[in-house]
Amino acid sequence: MQQLGGHSLFALAWRNIWRHKRRTILTLSGIAFSCFLFVFVTPVQYGAFDSMVDISLRMFVGHAQLQKKGYLDNPQINTVIPDVDAVANRLRNSGRYDAVAIRAASFALVSSNQRSYGAQVLGVEVDNEYQVSGIPSMIKRGEFLSSNNGQQLVLGRALAKNLKVDVGDELTLLGSGVDGSVAASILQVVGIFDSGDDQLDRFMVEIPLQTFQSMFGMHDSAHMIIVSARRPEQRDILPQLLSGDIASMPDLVAVGWEELIPGLKEMWGLKKAGGLVFMLILTVVVVFSIFNTFLMSVLERTKEFGLMLALGARPRNIISMVMSESLMLSVLGLGAGLLLSLPLVLYLAETGFMYPGMDEILEQYNLPIDKVFPQINLFNILLGPSIIFFSINLAAWIPVLRIHRLKPVDAMRTV
Amino acid sequence: MVAIVETKDLKKVFEQGELKVNALRDIDLTIHKGEFVCLSGPSGSGKTTLLNMIGGLDTPSGGEITVDGEHVDKMQKAELAEMRLHKVGFVFQAYNLIPVLTAQENVEFVMQLQGMTKSERAEKSLAILDEVGLKGMEHRRPAELSGGQQQRVAVARAIVSGPALVLADEPTANLDSKTAENLLKMMRKMNEVHQVTFVISTHDPLVMSYAKRLIKLHDGLIVSDEAQ
Repeated sequence: MQQLGGHSLFALAWRNIWRHKRRTILTLSGIAFSCFLFVFVTPVQYGAFDSMVDISLRMFVGHAQLQKKGYLDNPQINTVIPDVDAVANRLRNSGRYDAVAIRAASFALVSSNQRSYGAQVLGVEVDNEYQVSGIPSMIKRGEFLSSNNGQQLVLGRALAKNLKVDVGDELTLLGSGVDGSVAASILQVVGIFDSGDDQLDRFMVEIPLQTFQSMFGMHDSAHMIIVSARRPEQRDILPQLLSGDIASMPDLVAVGWEELIPGLKEMWGLKKAGGLVFMLILTVVVVFSIFNTFLMSVLERTKEFGLMLALGARPRNIISMVMSESLMLSVLGLGAGLLLSLPLVLYLAETGFMYPGMDEILEQYNLPIDKVFPQINLFNILLGPSIIFFSINLAAWIPVLRIHRLKPVDAMRTV
Repeated sequence: MVAIVETKDLKKVFEQGELKVNALRDIDLTIHKGEFVCLSGPSGSGKTTLLNMIGGLDTPSGGEITVDGEHVDKMQKAELAEMRLHKVGFVFQAYNLIPVLTAQENVEFVMQLQGMTKSERAEKSLAILDEVGLKGMEHRRPAELSGGQQQRVAVARAIVSGPALVLADEPTANLDSKTAENLLKMMRKMNEVHQVTFVISTHDPLVMSYAKRLIKLHDGLIVSDEAQ
């Protein structure tokens, strides 16, 4: 029974990898550096995107919404959630959500003394809107709405400019009510917001919810209930949680952020694809370097392998030895990479960090200045190292397979 | 006398494209247990090829070989490896030792492949290294040993597990004459003390002078076979 395994095999493999110290150190450095990049970049990328999604959702749309079935695809004014306060209170009483706010939405012609423009009019719960929207904190002139039934409105900077109105001026809103009748009201401008988003600033007006309901004849109904998750990990499962809460209301549907802003999900898909390409390029570079090292290592030891075969070793003994070398190199390199990257990424996950110039960009778009926190989980940490580990050990097989075909006499004749 | 090696009509033809070289032609040879045989002849005479055939490192083109009663010519690759491991010890001209192993570990390598226990290996390897005059050098690596010392380690490795025969291909080729003589004395001692059968290929007259039996080859044929 031939035995060249266990301790002896590993001892031999260990000594072999240190035959050329400089080459081994360079190889290990390559593996460690790529591991460092993977372990650092992946959680940061996920963390940065998560932060971006959260900021975008908290800005206006919310993490999820309850709507009447069909409203998302065809937002008609009469597609409403009836008795909306009762539904919203049920959600608030469940204690599972960070914030719950009711909104109604329609279109109206907004006219000042001089000009008229079409606009989207939102009826918002004044007190709760602060919790689900960035608009109240983006008021640049005047103040946000102060009363749930006041004859007041806030509008975007560009729309105010187009209408040539300022705080204190009055605007006439003219639209269509739920029953098809004319909906009209005269409201005073109490605030002008600047969201940094030109489209929003040119197109949006917010008025108190009860004023909206009264103007558009909606009684106690509205079009959506905005819900914010209590914890970040709750965000993506919010529709399921909400569906449980509205199980007795089959006309309603819970819509997640991915459906509400499909563009955001697509952007994440593109970013992930970009990250994957980066990973692939890095992996190919590392694997080629390891492949080259192994090919050299196998070729330069052909005589030695021939000697081992002549003495009675089987090809499998030699292959096990060489694969152990590959295993050791990858474990050492990845271990060093993890040792360098993990403390840094864990520290940043605790303290957060900002890209240079990030605060200026956020400020420009009136977004809350928030740090990026690398997203730490087993997947993010181990994805890169696992790819490197399997690629290296797969690549090592190519030169190793040559050993199978070696004949002792030919191998020992090799120069 | 017990025959350790027997060949009958042994042939080896090397083909290089359309060119055919008859390296061995109908070799009939019997080597008995305890012999100290030299295969001599000029380069290309077929001595290394014959040694490789006997040791199962190469396969014949025709004829038969038996080593310790087993038909080497009919063996598969794995059986040949098994035969080399248990029945044959090798000493090569150069690149004889595994550079990352110490002298003792090199000697133990074959025993390890045979599955011998660690204590048994250590006992045997230390004893044989003492016998070949390398006591105190057990932990040196090949790079820390002279050429002669390396060949002694190789001889120790070849005989430590008690093979049926030891095949040595030009073992003194890289050694100075004094070192070569010491090595040959040591090999003869092993032959006489342990009754190990040695078959040595050489064109060195010094090696031939130590042979008990000298077989001369020329163009793949045995031209003389004399006891000395």
